[in-house]
Amino acid sequence: MVSLRINGETREIDAPPDMPLLWALRDLLGLTGTKFGCGMALCGACTVHLDGAPVRSCLLPVGSVGERQITTIEGIGTSPAGAKIQKAWLDLEVVQCGYCQSGQIMSAAALLARNPHPEDADIDAAMAGNICRCGTYVRIREAIKHAARA
Amino acid sequence: MRRALDVLMLDEGARPLQGGDRAPGPPEGAALSRRDFLHAGIAMSGALVVGFCVPDALGAAERAPYAPNAFIRIDRHGSVTLIMPQVEMGQGIYTAVAMILAEELDADWSQVALEHAPPDDKLYANPVFGLQVTGNSNSVRSFWVPLRKAAAGTRSVLVQSAAQLWKVPPGDIRTENGEAIHAASGRRAAYGALIARAQGLSPPANVPLKDPKDFKLIGVTQRRLDTPGKVNGKVVYAIDVMPPGVKFATLASCPVFGGKVKHVDDARAKQVPGFRQVIVKDNFVAVVGDHMWAAKQGLEALDIAWDEGPNAAVSDDDVWNQLRAASRKDGAIAKTVGDADGAMSRGKVVEAAYELPFLAHATMEPMNCTVHLTPNGCDVWTGSQVLARAQATAAKVAGLPLDKVQAHNHLIGGGFGRRLETDMVASAVQIAQAVDGPVKVVWTREEDMRHDVYRPVYRDVLSAALSGGRIVAWKHRVAGSSVIARWLPPAFQKGIDIDAVDSAVDMPYDIPNFRVDYVRDEPPAVPTGFWRGVGPNNNAFAIESFMDELAGKIGKDPVAFRRDHLDKSPRLKAALELAAQKSGWGSPLPARTGRGIALQVAFGSFIATVAEAEVDTGGEVRVRRMVCIVDTGIIVNPDTVIAQLQGGLIFGLTAALYGKITIAKGRVQQGNFNDYRMMRINEAPAIEVHLIKSGEAPGGIGETGATAAPPALCNALYAATGVRLRRLPVDRDILSGRKAT
Repeated sequence: MVSLRINGETREIDAPPDMPLLWALRDLLGLTGTKFGCGMALCGACTVHLDGAPVRSCLLPVGSVGERQITTIEGIGTSPAGAKIQKAWLDLEVVQCGYCQSGQIMSAAALLARNPHPEDADIDAAMAGNICRCGTYVRIREAIKHAARA
Repeated sequence: MRRALDVLMLDEGARPLQGGDRAPGPPEGAALSRRDFLHAGIAMSGALVVGFCVPDALGAAERAPYAPNAFIRIDRHGSVTLIMPQVEMGQGIYTAVAMILAEELDADWSQVALEHAPPDDKLYANPVFGLQVTGNSNSVRSFWVPLRKAAAGTRSVLVQSAAQLWKVPPGDIRTENGEAIHAASGRRAAYGALIARAQGLSPPANVPLKDPKDFKLIGVTQRRLDTPGKVNGKVVYAIDVMPPGVKFATLASCPVFGGKVKHVDDARAKQVPGFRQVIVKDNFVAVVGDHMWAAKQGLEALDIAWDEGPNAAVSDDDVWNQLRAASRKDGAIAKTVGDADGAMSRGKVVEAAYELPFLAHATMEPMNCTVHLTPNGCDVWTGSQVLARAQATAAKVAGLPLDKVQAHNHLIGGGFGRRLETDMVASAVQIAQAVDGPVKVVWTREEDMRHDVYRPVYRDVLSAALSGGRIVAWKHRVAGSSVIARWLPPAFQKGIDIDAVDSAVDMPYDIPNFRVDYVRDEPPAVPTGFWRGVGPNNNAFAIESFMDELAGKIGKDPVAFRRDHLDKSPRLKAALELAAQKSGWGSPLPARTGRGIALQVAFGSFIATVAEAEVDTGGEVRVRRMVCIVDTGIIVNPDTVIAQLQGGLIFGLTAALYGKITIAKGRVQQGNFNDYRMMRINEAPAIEVHLIKSGEAPGGIGETGATAAPPALCNALYAATGVRLRRLPVDRDILSGRKAT
């Protein structure tokens, strides 16, 4: 058994320690907001927070998480930065197909939490790991700035 | 509570989509209790849209909702449900289609709920295809009139009901926000109170549609109805469906196209924790596990011997040698005006050929399908652009009658044409036949990329004669695969693929002698399919690159040269003028930086795009800015049009800068985003979209940016460097001079 702290709750799962957190969240815990995109930490769709820092859950073994707090898209709205980002995403109508947006929002919320007024270069650095096939980048950039002003 | 008793859930765990969803929503507690009720009442609802009536004391007839047509349902509480004939893949169609219906119905926008259409090729046929299809950027333009008529007819019947009820002439009644109103007497009735009477009435023939000047919703940006659940993880895409007891599977097909399974050794796979079973089919092997990790690990632990079959030696050289040879043959004449051959001798002749590579769709949501086969039937959960075909595919593979297959559609995590196919459904049903209980089949990114149907390689050969600053003759040969011939055989007539020549036969320039022909050439081994932008992809690139080359031959400015040939296309000419103005066309730029213009008439929209790009001495490209002018006729939801251009241009730039699927030893060489690159935020240019007001019928938008960007970019690169690129993607070695063109 592996014990994980997810969105403020402790959850026990029967998972091999090498299982990536992504599959534990989705297939064992039903937290399907975190998405599978590439399986190689190339696209960012699976981004979650470990103690507030963005990580790609598709390559992160559950056995390595330990006591650290996991936050997923289902829980990010309870943090001030997460709530601001979610609101900005809707205010600026960022989303198209939406499949990558859980990961985009997790990366953006982590950025905003550590840097309340990010410049373009900060946004590039924090968000370049997240691919959006619909090409919503222009609005992602604006929405992060919008959230920073909120 | 804001919602009436008729509850429509888009997805399990999600709120229903409602017009007023950005207004304060229903209390969370209420939503939860509804969700619980659904669980109890329907047992399992993966991601269905579920209509559910709370039992009450009324008889069945009095409870019956009013469903005058396939698109509208009104219950006695006034709840208006709009059934979406087209699937939402990100283009905002659910909102635009709902706006069209709500406009003519005069429904209360804050109260409409949406529902996915069930599979039905007749009821929900796309008028353009005669099938239930979402594609070709035509959801708004093909349903524009039918939906308005359906809604106007419904509204008319509700007015008749009110007229009967109040014993006043129908002409004295107006409708607004889901109510019939008799101003003279001050009486009002909600639609829900009129439906019992409406049941027996039918709409008059030729109900008048609204004058566009009376539109209240159409033309005014409305917030999208599908997005709130997409920012909090609640939306259930097909890949998220979790029926109770579901097992997880992933699969491997022979890496060589057309190859078969020879032998499988599963000894090591059986050691994987969570492993359940191996399924060996003729052309693929699947592993089923308790979770995707077990399935994935199990698959990797298999020792599979493949019979690679006849394609094991096919390479890119074979593909291109064959296509180039084919492009030298005469094709089927798709359009001819005047005497193109004869007129060629009357001017200076220029010829060029343009080539486009294979491309994968790379939807962010990898291919997947969940299937539950029971003795009584089959449930299929998928995100499909062709739901009725998905149902039919499942029925065929399972050997079941159609009515035993429940096909549930979902919001789609990227379609781009990939989900116009049903191969994923066929494979998933085959796997489900060997599994006890429901099984979710998910393609790995690598498997998704290596077993796609690919945007065909195309070779466009153009020639033109120039005289007195004008084009006097034009010949355009399109050579490439016919997706239509496979996908919609009756539409492939007289050797012409109407998609492959789309926007070549109807190109906008005024040229007296003109011919377009088409050579069908199916590439060896590689399956081809529709890809965002479809035929206009190759044609816009070839035509707009060639127009630049022609302008260059006579030393004319690319904007001025195009303007000279646009007398018969005032809408495009107006877009061109505005593009020149907004982009600062002609104003100075830094060294190795250039602007490129590209025009297109495609999908019923008129678009002018200016790209501004710089090239460093190593040949690396930075796109600085895109300016895009759009005349798409009447605009339903303006912000969505802007968003589609912003995103579509990035999609097109991605293809132009990076997109290439190559073949060696009969297999695709790329597998993931490391070798099939996507544009990222740090590379994305500033994008300005300007909308031109128009009273013309609506055009299509979803694919227009994808086709507009590549020629604009390559023309900008020429302006920056003097190097003409006639093949995509952009070759940095050619731009830097390390390699000849």
